[in-house]
Amino acid sequence: MVIRSAQSNSRMLANHMGYLQLYVSGPFDALKPAGMNHSMDDSSRIEGVGLAISRNDRYIFTDLNFSLEAGQILQVEGHNGSGKTTMLRILCGLTLPSEGEVQWRGENIRKNLAEYCAQLAYVGHAPGIKGELTPLENLDFAKTMDRPRKDADAEKVLERLQLPAFCDDVPCHNLSAGQRRRVALGRLLMLDARLWVLDEPFTALDPGGRKLVEELLSEHAQAGGMAVLTTHHVVNLEGCSVRQLQLGT
Amino acid sequence: MSIIPNWLYRLSSPKNFYRFAGTASVWCSWITLILVVVGLYYGLINSPPDYQQGDTTRIMYVHVPAAWMSMFVYMVMAGSAAVGMIWRIKASTAVANASAPVGAMFTALALLTGMLWGKPMWGTYWVWDARLTSELILLFLYLGYMALQSAIEDRETAARATAILALVGVVNIPIIHYSVEWWNTLHQGATVTKFDKPSIHISMLIPLLIMAVAFKFYYLSNVFQRARCELLEREKDKLWVRELLGEKNSE
Amino acid sequence: MNEASPGAAFISVLRRDLMLAYRHRAQILNPLLFFVIVVSLFPLGLDPEPELLHTIAPGVIWVAALLAAMLSLDNMFRSDFDDGSLEQLLLTPHPLPLLVLAKIVAHWLTSGLPLLVLAPVLGMLLNLGNESLFSLLATLALGTPVLSLIGSIGVALTVGLRGGGVLLSLLILPLFIPVLIFAANAVGNAGAGLDITGQLAFLGSLLALASALAPLATAAALRISLN
Repeated sequence: MVIRSAQSNSRMLANHMGYLQLYVSGPFDALKPAGMNHSMDDSSRIEGVGLAISRNDRYIFTDLNFSLEAGQILQVEGHNGSGKTTMLRILCGLTLPSEGEVQWRGENIRKNLAEYCAQLAYVGHAPGIKGELTPLENLDFAKTMDRPRKDADAEKVLERLQLPAFCDDVPCHNLSAGQRRRVALGRLLMLDARLWVLDEPFTALDPGGRKLVEELLSEHAQAGGMAVLTTHHVVNLEGCSVRQLQLGT
Repeated sequence: MSIIPNWLYRLSSPKNFYRFAGTASVWCSWITLILVVVGLYYGLINSPPDYQQGDTTRIMYVHVPAAWMSMFVYMVMAGSAAVGMIWRIKASTAVANASAPVGAMFTALALLTGMLWGKPMWGTYWVWDARLTSELILLFLYLGYMALQSAIEDRETAARATAILALVGVVNIPIIHYSVEWWNTLHQGATVTKFDKPSIHISMLIPLLIMAVAFKFYYLSNVFQRARCELLEREKDKLWVRELLGEKNSE
Repeated sequence: MNEASPGAAFISVLRRDLMLAYRHRAQILNPLLFFVIVVSLFPLGLDPEPELLHTIAPGVIWVAALLAAMLSLDNMFRSDFDDGSLEQLLLTPHPLPLLVLAKIVAHWLTSGLPLLVLAPVLGMLLNLGNESLFSLLATLALGTPVLSLIGSIGVALTVGLRGGGVLLSLLILPLFIPVLIFAANAVGNAGAGLDITGQLAFLGSLLALASALAPLATAAALRISLN
């Protein structure tokens, strides 16, 4: 388990800020990697503090601590039944932890769930898209329900996700599982979310699709975003480090 | 936690509640026994038969307290379920869960005695009398509560879901009760309303009240016993339960 | 940050659900068909005597409406739950009770409103007089939204469960009783030429109470069911 106390985190953050103040003379924006298109402040940090979850009073995991800062990616690993999905759902605020809390910028996410939800994009096991709607309609719906990116355009997103053009107007239940997964991942590109929570994003994807997701992840991280994902694959990301969190023993 | 008195706060820990409930249950059982014996003696032997209904009226000493309890238990159940959900107190949830079967039993008892009373009075076991109908619907509500509770596998989720259902029920019970009364007066205005005597004689009132109190204590002893079992089961991996079992084994 | 307003989100959910219902027309039609068939069974099972039919018509139509509502309720959150859309709904920054209300409105528009259209036809089948027809429409207009509202709580509580449909009727039908009593009675009284303002006022206040409280309870229940 990756265990870090809250203090050491804030100290690290302080060092980081100090570095910025002392050594950077140019405009602040110069530090940001190219492609960063939304305004972000670097105080965003997500932390799990003493998380525990029990089902029927049997603990699946206890005393789980982790923290994630802007530009970092966390890969949650563990055998089947070790609580990976549950942990992601706790992170989203869907599941109530039996003990402990999730903190966003040092504050329990339950305090201001709406604001937290606006910062969050989640792609779970179930893709969260309607089979009766076309990919375009699905993405447009997602856009109206959350905080969209300024340049969010469903057609361009689907193009980016390498979905064949004729698919745009086909109901999603006629698409293959991999294509539906791509549509679901399209939400990430529609929304202006700092934190991505992805449950097995690589399932049903072909090697090209996997590579695409890895690209998206490293772009997101380089733009100062954060991501938490579960997968059994080895994730190769250019230009950013992936930290591992081991669940179960 | 300042709004909760200290002693109550301590009681909310499963271990302390288990101890308390054990003692309380024994005491309540004894009080119930004494009160039932006294109440039944006065009710069945030492009180006059009704001038209209004869000895049938003695069913009242069971029926009326049972009907009172059926409502009372639902309120307690909803209240403790809500407390259990809001503050996540296991003991409170356990009380709510333990109350459901007891409440359903009181409701069934009220229905049964009502029907037994109806046979000599109306010549049939079932008449769509306002109170009997209300009791029947209340029984449905109890059964729904228990069905939902047993349908959800995870106990914590079940407790929170049933708490919502109980609260919805509490809002609805007065509405249902009122509609049934209204419906009844409309369709069967001529029916004798059963135990609705404006002036009940003191010799009947006393055993009735004694029985009512006896039922309350029966409920308490039963609910404490059930809540204890549930807590033991839920906390079976906790240290205090293991210590408790260790004590029992070494004795 | 240019996030959509809650009102826009409400419209968006409503529009999406109506669109889904339109693409799934059969799902709307089935409960309606059920409604018609159940009502037409009664004259066959009883006596097709005009007098008797006239007496039982209000109760029969309303009981059939309750059962049809039960059938259609099951779909309210089920498919959203299965495909993960419900999770996404919970993760939007908008107040959940509002989004829930949008779904309830959509449900009523696709299941309650068609009953209103069909009811006069059924009224004629059951020899319900003209004077009763207006009251039947009025009670359906006030009563069926209450069914959708109260029903949504039950659906939200049972959405993740196996065999949730049967459980749902067990939980919800007792709560429908006040609507049934007052609505059926109003129709009957109107047929006898009596005043029914009291009954309609009661149904109206039930509707007001349910629209205030049910979305809150449903939202809480959904969060629990998805825990």
